[in-house]
Amino acid sequence: MPAVSMVRAEAVHKNYGRLEVLRGIDLEVQPKEVMCMIGPSGSGKSTFLRCINHLEKIDAGRLSVDGELVGYRERGDRLYELPDREVCRKRSEIGMVFQHFNLFPHMTALENLIEAPIRVKKESRATAVTRARALLERVGLAEKVDAYPKQLSGGQQQRVAIARALAMQPKLMLFDEPTSALDPELVGEVLDVMRGLAKDGMTMIVVTHEMGFAREVGDSLVFMDSGAIVEKGDPRDVLANPQHERTQSFLSKVL
Amino acid sequence: MTEIASGPPAPGSQAGRRPEAIKAIPVRHPLRWVSAVIVLAFAADAVYTLATAPNMRWAVVGQYLFQRLILQGAVLTLELTVAAMVIGIALGIVLAVMRLSPNPVMSWVSWFYIWFFRGTPVLVQIFFWWNLAIILKNIGIGIAPNGPWLWHEATNSLIVPFTAATLGLGLNEAAYMAEIVRAGIISVEHGQTEAAQALGMSRLQVMQRIVLPQAMRVIIPPTGNETISMLKTTSLAFVATVPELYTRAQQISSSTFYVVEMLFVISIWYLFLTSILTIAQYYIERHFARGAQRELPPTPFQSFRRMLVTFHAPPPQVPLPVTAVRSEHR
Repeated sequence: MPAVSMVRAEAVHKNYGRLEVLRGIDLEVQPKEVMCMIGPSGSGKSTFLRCINHLEKIDAGRLSVDGELVGYRERGDRLYELPDREVCRKRSEIGMVFQHFNLFPHMTALENLIEAPIRVKKESRATAVTRARALLERVGLAEKVDAYPKQLSGGQQQRVAIARALAMQPKLMLFDEPTSALDPELVGEVLDVMRGLAKDGMTMIVVTHEMGFAREVGDSLVFMDSGAIVEKGDPRDVLANPQHERTQSFLSKVL
Repeated sequence: MTEIASGPPAPGSQAGRRPEAIKAIPVRHPLRWVSAVIVLAFAADAVYTLATAPNMRWAVVGQYLFQRLILQGAVLTLELTVAAMVIGIALGIVLAVMRLSPNPVMSWVSWFYIWFFRGTPVLVQIFFWWNLAIILKNIGIGIAPNGPWLWHEATNSLIVPFTAATLGLGLNEAAYMAEIVRAGIISVEHGQTEAAQALGMSRLQVMQRIVLPQAMRVIIPPTGNETISMLKTTSLAFVATVPELYTRAQQISSSTFYVVEMLFVISIWYLFLTSILTIAQYYIERHFARGAQRELPPTPFQSFRRMLVTFHAPPPQVPLPVTAVRSEHR
């Protein structure tokens, strides 16, 4: 067992005004682990994911990635907010894939992939382009290098978006409902890419409604409801034999 | 299961054969012809009346159209337009970004600037800069209001007519451009900013590389409008004695009494210059449409051809050839 967890959350709280979105999340993700998060919409899954790369600030508790606190530095018993530069550097080590792809529409697939490596990691254009081409080939889109996002199908766009995140060589990948906006027949091609990633040992947290994927690929499964973790465990156990009544009623509706 | 085949028909089957293309007689549009005749009649009347107006000396219009002073005025008008718009756009972008900044000082300064410069007439602002020397003898950079100076210069030698007009027009324009740019920035979907931030890009990089290029599509049409408006507003530079088109026309007509003739001469020039700006705007818009549409919009020539075709016939079935970015299947 490695000494440092990739993600470690202790009593993480988050509220929007008086609305409590996260009410004490405790969990741990080990390197190379694939954790799937399921639950009804509004249960706080996406919010938790966005806290991990500091797109949202947490209000209480501790959240750390690879042994370092997210967004803060702790010295003595005091927390110091990190300057923007540090936040950016940490974000650059975490890949994120969004429900609506969020590809840059004014750039070709290749340009989408090389933008951050060149601007953020200061890589040479040649290095970035070589890796970008290899990644596009890996997600099966070698011939779409010069296509603009509008010219691609939803499934193709999401595969480019995954490749864009991988181009930064992240140590952790966050997937926020990556297949929810896709036509049913395009879901498979995106899941195939994610399956490949998991097999190669990428640490992944996947917010999803794809129970088949969770059962087959997930190492662990978390069921969330109204800002709290209701149940967690091995996906095959939880899905086949949910312990909690809330989990049972949710699964009976989606399975 | 029903009897109706749901899959593609087998080759050679009855259903697989493509039916004959429709050849129908198009709907006639007699009103289009009637209205065209009426409009032409009015236009012909207007041209005839002007052409035969007893005191209108058309030869004078022709004679002065390319006269040296008028040409110099046209060049100066164009220079003023460009200079003022460069200041306006550059400062406008800065003000818009400041306005949206999380730093309250930045946002407040920008708000105040826009409030002040939009709230006073541009004519007054040009006149103010032109008369700056009355209240300030010197302009400089120093430690305290009364020196010691790091650098200073007499106001009269700094604020020449062209500078006064450019400052007045440009600083005023910046206030309007700031709002146009802000509208453009707001129009870009928030997911774009998030995706860029998630990749580790800094606030400045996100703005410069991701948000502003996409905002351009919203920013350019009103900016073209502003540029065309500016071309004509430069005529206010006469209060700072800049010898641009309008000032030249005034000077010539006051010594020759060709008042209306000179108005025609400069109107022809203003129309000519705005036409060129309109065409330039079109091509800039096409450039920034990259990736926004699957096909680029037609060029003015292509749409003119299409208009001629559609005047008396239904729209063509097959779209006219468009020099497009490669449009892939979906």
